[in-house]
Amino acid sequence: MMEPYVKDFQAFASNGAAGAPPWLREIREGAIARFAALGFPTMKQEAWRFTSVAPIAEQHFTLAPPLVSRLPSPAVVESLALGLGPRIVVVDGRYAPGLSSLAGLPEGVQATSLAAATRAGPGGELARRHLARYAPWQDNAFAALNTAFLADGAFVHIAADTALAQPLEILFLATSGAGGGAADGPAVSHPRSLFVVERGARAALIESYASLADGVQWTNAVTETVVGEAARVELYRVQREGRNAYHIATTQSRQERDSYLALHALTLGGSLARHDITTVLDGPGAELILNGLYLLGGSQHADHHTVIDHAQPHCASHEFFNGVLAERSHGVFNGRIIVRPGAQRTDSKQTNNNLLLSTEARADSQPQLEIYADDVKCTHGSTVGPLDQTALYYLRSRGLSPETARSLVTYGFAAEILGRMQRPDVRERLDGLVRAGLA
Amino acid sequence: MTRNALLEIRDLHATVEGQEILRGIDLTVRAGEVHAIMGPNGSGKSTLAQVLAGHPAYVVTAGSARYEGKDLLAMTPEERAREGVFLAFQYPVAIRGITNAYFLRAAVNAIRKHRGEEQLGPVEFMDALEEKLKVIGWDDSYLSRPVNEGFSGGEKKRNEILQLAVLEPKLAILDETDSGLDIDALKTVAQTVQKLRRPDNATVIVTHYYRILTHIQPDVVHVLSAGRIVKSGGKELALELEEKGYDWIREAAPVA
Repeated sequence: MMEPYVKDFQAFASNGAAGAPPWLREIREGAIARFAALGFPTMKQEAWRFTSVAPIAEQHFTLAPPLVSRLPSPAVVESLALGLGPRIVVVDGRYAPGLSSLAGLPEGVQATSLAAATRAGPGGELARRHLARYAPWQDNAFAALNTAFLADGAFVHIAADTALAQPLEILFLATSGAGGGAADGPAVSHPRSLFVVERGARAALIESYASLADGVQWTNAVTETVVGEAARVELYRVQREGRNAYHIATTQSRQERDSYLALHALTLGGSLARHDITTVLDGPGAELILNGLYLLGGSQHADHHTVIDHAQPHCASHEFFNGVLAERSHGVFNGRIIVRPGAQRTDSKQTNNNLLLSTEARADSQPQLEIYADDVKCTHGSTVGPLDQTALYYLRSRGLSPETARSLVTYGFAAEILGRMQRPDVRERLDGLVRAGLA
Repeated sequence: MTRNALLEIRDLHATVEGQEILRGIDLTVRAGEVHAIMGPNGSGKSTLAQVLAGHPAYVVTAGSARYEGKDLLAMTPEERAREGVFLAFQYPVAIRGITNAYFLRAAVNAIRKHRGEEQLGPVEFMDALEEKLKVIGWDDSYLSRPVNEGFSGGEKKRNEILQLAVLEPKLAILDETDSGLDIDALKTVAQTVQKLRRPDNATVIVTHYYRILTHIQPDVVHVLSAGRIVKSGGKELALELEEKGYDWIREAAPVA
């Protein structure tokens, strides 16, 4: 069912979005054409063989309206924010200035709505240079749809050699189903973010996705991050949407020479989640940590497809994804590592460990190494299995009860991922979410 | 019951996956004693150690084991630990994501709770740990690492001894803790065990080799063969085994 979206696009392009600069309108036109050509993926496609998006494709989600009248209360926002520093709040894909708090940002840090950043002026020039230049909207139907409806979201720019001491949080709230009225059918929002961290700058950013209600809703997010030469970025991403939420996301990063990026992805929510993470190490000496955890129960399904593209020599990437799968949940991990010709001295390591807490839970793990250079070090490993009985016995032999032993071994799968998060304040908050998820 | 017996094993039989490994063990360990159990590979040494700790894969088919007069075999593994039984594993298990410090404190607190003592907070516990670490020659960097994960063979063995030092059991069973250790590590392990000797506790050293017994003087040495103790004696028996090997014991073993 692509046609309704093409129709929606025509209405969107002629109404609210008509004020956009020509370059952006051009990108959107190209993207809707790509979406129409690609269509929703099916399980016959290799990249989607374990994940059916039929629940999304078989109904029509209307574009979430601008919701001035339905803005959540500040108290609700407080309860959902990690609240460790300044924050941008995006509601149904729209920047909410009244809920955002950006006081005290250091000079050289710009944090604002993407809509504002794409307007004319010097700021608009930055957006024009980077926006939609990295995310694969030519090949990925969901990224194409997000790009077609690209209107708003978050824009963060950190000037060269600037350090952001506190983590900057971007909280994305989905409200579909919260209104209760007849018009409150399934809605989609397409939040879009662009983070540009210039040469030598340092920052920690948090993208957090949550729902205000358990109604059927679809978030189709795209985030592009550019890490400049010798810049150091920690990007945390938490998805804890409602139990009837569909969450599709594309995270795309590009790293320049000697830069460092740690990308931490925590997936807790949604009934169906698909997260495509593509990172390009595009300058010699770049280093990437890709560190993820999915904690699922009920009939949740989460699919992480990661691509680490070693385009230049002397880069290092270390990828760790753990899954804890309870009840009838299903976790999918696909980790592709590409070492381009000439990317010599690449050091790449990938692991994916899955813990099955029930006989009905399922995990599919697929490494995919494509190495076109000869002087490289690439390793990968993956495990899928129930709780290790030997480990449980070992803990019991030290006096721990069977219940404590089980919860400790289970928590260890999560703690291993949490332990790589460098900011103690963020780690502590996410640890709290994980413990609540395991309880 | 034998006077002062901490552990009293009578005619113990046990199977693993249907195969009988222990075929009638008799052993009495008194408080204050160090026993060595030696024997060739496959004689049942490790099975005996695991049966005493309560490994679920080992099935006791006959006989009894009493610990401080209580039925040890009726207790769960955690009850045995809380009552003061400790097994240093031959193959210590890695626990991903759980730091050594967290694990050690959880174990100490489980035992303290059982005794009706107050739980130790992280800070108090670290203070108490400092001196134990010194004993085994470790700094606290080992405490923030996940339990046994990425540890070398020697580090895993030392970690077992650290647990022994921290938990201060009444009955410690060391299952081939000496194998795979270099001479310095062996000395450290032996010295730690010596330091922990008290009139009210006992140690059972399960080993294939004589060399650890040059550092820890055993009161009694037993030779295990085909699931039975075929000979017991003083420390000179260990030396005899070192010189002659195990073949003469097998020949001397009584015919079933």
